[in-house]
This record gives sequence, C-alpha cells and structure tokens, in this order.
Amino acid sequence: MAAEKFPIEAGHIMMFARAVGDPNPIYHDADAAADTEPGNVIAPPTFYQASAQYDPDYFLRPKIGEPWFGSGKEPTGVPPTRTGGDGGTGLHAEQRFEYFRHVNPGETLTLKARPGKTWERQGKRGGKLTFSENIVEYFDESGELVVRATGVGVRTEKVVESD
Amino acid sequence: MALQASKVQVGDTYTQKLTEDLSRTQIVQYAGASGDYNPLHSDEIFTTKVANYPTVFAHGMLTMGMTGRMVTDFVGDGRLTAYGVRFTRQVWPGDALTATAKVDAVREEDGQNLVDLSVTTVNQDGDVVVMGKATARVDP
Repeated sequence: MAAEKFPIEAGHIMMFARAVGDPNPIYHDADAAADTEPGNVIAPPTFYQASAQYDPDYFLRPKIGEPWFGSGKEPTGVPPTRTGGDGGTGLHAEQRFEYFRHVNPGETLTLKARPGKTWERQGKRGGKLTFSENIVEYFDESGELVVRATGVGVRTEKVVESD
Repeated sequence: MALQASKVQVGDTYTQKLTEDLSRTQIVQYAGASGDYNPLHSDEIFTTKVANYPTVFAHGMLTMGMTGRMVTDFVGDGRLTAYGVRFTRQVWPGDALTATAKVDAVREEDGQNLVDLSVTTVNQDGDVVVMGKATARVDP
C-alpha cells in the first residue's frame, strides 16, 4: 500500500510545514533557503508520509462517488474498508525514518513498499496484539535511495468489552 | 547553524514548547497536508457515536511532525540521518505539548561527527505521548 510516484512540490512542503507548526523558512522561502547549508528548500523530517496523497487506493481519503465511512448529517454506517498493508482499523504504533539525502522540489521519487517483520504480544485485556512492519523506500530518478520509512501497525483481536 | 560536537555533552537537553492549546483546526490542517483523512481525527459524530471515543484526536504523525521541529531546531537544518518514535498515548484537542531531546552519545563514524538523541514529548499532565530516537550529523 503505497504511492508509486511522489512528486516533490514546494507548495506541498509549505502546507505540510505549516500543518506541523514549523515556521522554519527553509521549508517555504526559496531565497532564505539559498543561504542555508542545503542551499534550497528541503522537506521537514516527516513529510514523506504525505506520499499518501499520491496513492490512488489510499483508504483514508474519501474517493469521488464512493461511500465514505465518516459521517454526513449522521454516521453513514459504511464499514471502513482496507486495501491491504498495515493500518486499517488498527493503530499506528511506531514510525521510523532513515535519511540518505535531502529532497529537492521539482524531483519525483519512486516508492517501493514491502512488508517487514510481524510479531505478536498478549494485550493487557486478554486480546492478542499483532504488530506488522511496512517498509517504504523512496528512490530518486537515478535509482539512489533517498529515504527509508518503516511504519509499525498494531491490530487488536476483537475483544468482548468487559464493562 | 548546526550543532557542534565540541559544544555538546552527553546528558545535555534541549526543550521546546510545541503547542499550548492544540486546535482542532490544526488537526484538520494536518489531515489536508498529509492526506490522512481518517474521520477519527476530524469527524466528531463518527468518533463519538461510532468509534466511541470521547472526542477526535490528533494523528500520531502530527505529534511526530511537531516534535520533529524541536529536533531540527536543535541539530540544524537538514542534519538528521534517522528519526523514529513510538506513539504511546493519544493527543487530544486542547493538549499542551512539550518536546525534549537528550544527548545520549557524541560519536564519530566514517569520519562524520554524529549525535544520538532520545526524544520525548509530554502533554500538560507530564504523560509521554511520543518517545523515540534521532541521529544527526553535527559539525566538529
């Protein structure tokens, strides 16, 4: 579950930096960024997650003309659907990034996703917790690795609520 | 700009207030920028009536992103080589968050000066909401 291509756009970086509350000019001002060590606008450390915008099947985005599991006037009752990978009705337990170089606005990264480790743990209320890693590697146009993102999702077994 | 290995010691800390009163609008802003429109983060009716939470809550990745600002303000622009966190507790609208980095190691690898940091963000009650590690290239 990942986008295939992630075009890196200056406007998208600006909006993302605003959303995480980071006013650093290196994320939105090309002139100011020219005087920094990287020499141009770069992306904030967690920006790569926004590649979800380019995943045509991303299940946490309403699709035009399709039922959505969130509410309108009232809850729609549509069950959340999942297209695979971690996440879904599970929770995001952990996220790691390894950085190999900066990205530059104007380049397009190619993503390759693969499952990582899976493990289980007994939850406090008797349910089984299943953890699974999803590894997404972001490559540049010459095939060099730019960023590796490892997400860990956790899913709980359906437990009967005791209260 | 960037942190200097000669001026930092194991045990040093750097702390930054991330927000005094996390707004629902900032959570919506993050949904729009990241593309993660899970209704649990913005849809009060779904979240309270269907998912049975007291109210909407922030994306874990929003807290990680806000915490990332503290880390890059500390080490310098574009210096991170690794950054990872575990999401330990939900962040709710109205929460006040404070992030701290602690220097765990100052070391050299392949001729590069690196610092290893522990990263922790807490809410107004002192409860940890994310905790993790970061590594950055620093100047000598």
